[in-house]
Amino acid sequence: MDHFTYTNDYISGILQSVKTIALVGASAKKVRPSYFVMKYLLDKGYRIIPINPGLAGQELLGQTVYASLSDVPEPIDMVDIFRNSEAAGSITDEALTLSPLPKVIWMQLSVRNDEAAQKAEAAGLQVVMDRCPKIEYGKLSGEWAWVGGSTGVISSKKQTLHQSGKMQSLGLAPKK
Amino acid sequence: MSEQDYGFDTLAIHAGAQPDPATGARSTPIYQTTAFVFDDTDHAADLFALRSFGNIYTRIMNPTQAVLESKVAALEGGTAALATASGHAAQLLVFHALLNPGDEFIATRQLYGGSINQFNHSFKSFGWNVVWADADEVATIAAAVTDKTKAIFVESIANPGGRVTDIAAISEIAKKAGIPLIVDNTLATPWLCKPFEHGANIIVHSLTKFIAGHGNSMGGIVVDGGNFDWGKDGKYPMLSEPNASYNGIKMYETFGNIAFAITCRVLGLRDLGPAISPTNAFNILTGMETLSLRMERHVSNAQKVAEWLEANDKVEYVNYAGLKSSPHYDLAQKYTPRGPGAVFTFGLKGGYEAGVKVVSGVNLLSHLANVGDTRSLIIHPASTTHSQLTPEQQTIAGAGPELVRLSIGIENVDDIIADLDQAIG
Repeated sequence: MDHFTYTNDYISGILQSVKTIALVGASAKKVRPSYFVMKYLLDKGYRIIPINPGLAGQELLGQTVYASLSDVPEPIDMVDIFRNSEAAGSITDEALTLSPLPKVIWMQLSVRNDEAAQKAEAAGLQVVMDRCPKIEYGKLSGEWAWVGGSTGVISSKKQTLHQSGKMQSLGLAPKK
Repeated sequence: MSEQDYGFDTLAIHAGAQPDPATGARSTPIYQTTAFVFDDTDHAADLFALRSFGNIYTRIMNPTQAVLESKVAALEGGTAALATASGHAAQLLVFHALLNPGDEFIATRQLYGGSINQFNHSFKSFGWNVVWADADEVATIAAAVTDKTKAIFVESIANPGGRVTDIAAISEIAKKAGIPLIVDNTLATPWLCKPFEHGANIIVHSLTKFIAGHGNSMGGIVVDGGNFDWGKDGKYPMLSEPNASYNGIKMYETFGNIAFAITCRVLGLRDLGPAISPTNAFNILTGMETLSLRMERHVSNAQKVAEWLEANDKVEYVNYAGLKSSPHYDLAQKYTPRGPGAVFTFGLKGGYEAGVKVVSGVNLLSHLANVGDTRSLIIHPASTTHSQLTPEQQTIAGAGPELVRLSIGIENVDDIIADLDQAIG
């Protein structure tokens, strides 16, 4: 896998197999992309654990903030990295010391660290780089097209309303 | 499979158009409503702050319009699109996002007359200054770049002269200057030309023409190539700087490779207002499903009509880039290998009188001011759109007294030729 392109099946497989996401680099500033992403993924039913040493012990969108991945007292399915490419290296190293191991290392748009990706894959994790889970969820569910985006999805199956029952919310279709 | 694995015709029918999630409707429904109900105040706040995807008000977005946008974006190979009330509205929103008062942009002289008017007059009152250059002499474009230049604007196939633009060469000039290249792809459609593959950054269309095809609905669109770095030097503050009307979010930081389309929507369309109607979006979608079939016939008919005219004794010249005699033949082979569109001009040896005679004498071709209809269209600019000019001015404008413009439709080509034959006499 060259990590420049991903199939829809690979991404939807990840987004449908994880529940608890540690968001490293969470921000309390409401205009930051990390805040947008955290709010969106919470609304889609994910459990989000914000990681930010400066905010440790506080609550962000109702979730307790931890200083580091190692401080989180429960298993993490996916680590979403909102830090620069260099920092993604040490964050991945820390993630690989957790027990149980996370299933996925996800690096945000413009974040890419091939060395970290190789280590994570060698340990059996799935890796996504230079992508945003909010955008990918929006593309696969169809919400992305509501703002004129090209979704990359062609299907004669109807789109799936989100299980929350909210009026304007699409969900990922059940896994085949 | 994802979109990039599917062919053009499949995308024209299916891209953006899954069955409706609430009803299973297979054809895209016309969401003829002005507004959309919120789940609760938190949902409303998320939508207004751009944190969630969703519909608020049809001046800004609408689900029927969204299918149209997603489909055109897929066909052009762009990241996102924004449909508007007309092609002119699309251009207004593009330049609103890019220019501040006192800024300049370069446009080529060989443009649709309506765009020339918009740039020369209405845009001047916003302090947006057009600088004209020659599409056939790309050095004149490079020479026109100043530190105030924010964009270059060209047409892929120029209206009405049957000219094809060297998009890749002009894109090199834009890259060197660090500014985006905007291409009006109306007369080509993405079936004939894909400007993003040649270095364009933004595409605009009048959807009213070939994309809709039927001549019954107005519409325009902005397509974001997702291939320009809006944050590199602060030249485009609407994209790179904190926005006061959205609590200080930065469009490029927040929306990445669809930031331009989003900026045109949530700052341009929201405040200036030229929204497309859901019914027009639906009508255009219906036409688009047959885009490649129609374009194939348009260009094949146009080629035959142009060849017939060129062989006619009463015709002085034919400007069609599909003819080997055309100075644009080589560019057409490169940029529009399936054919250089179906709009072109020819000149009659009998001058003004012969031009009037031919538009008066046609029975099948329609004498009107539009292009890109299924019907064949004809106009004599010197006695209509350019009648206020002197013969000298008409010639400079590319609309001399002898010149006739055609937009060749998809009727039986023998019938089109027979009608022109009897009208030329």
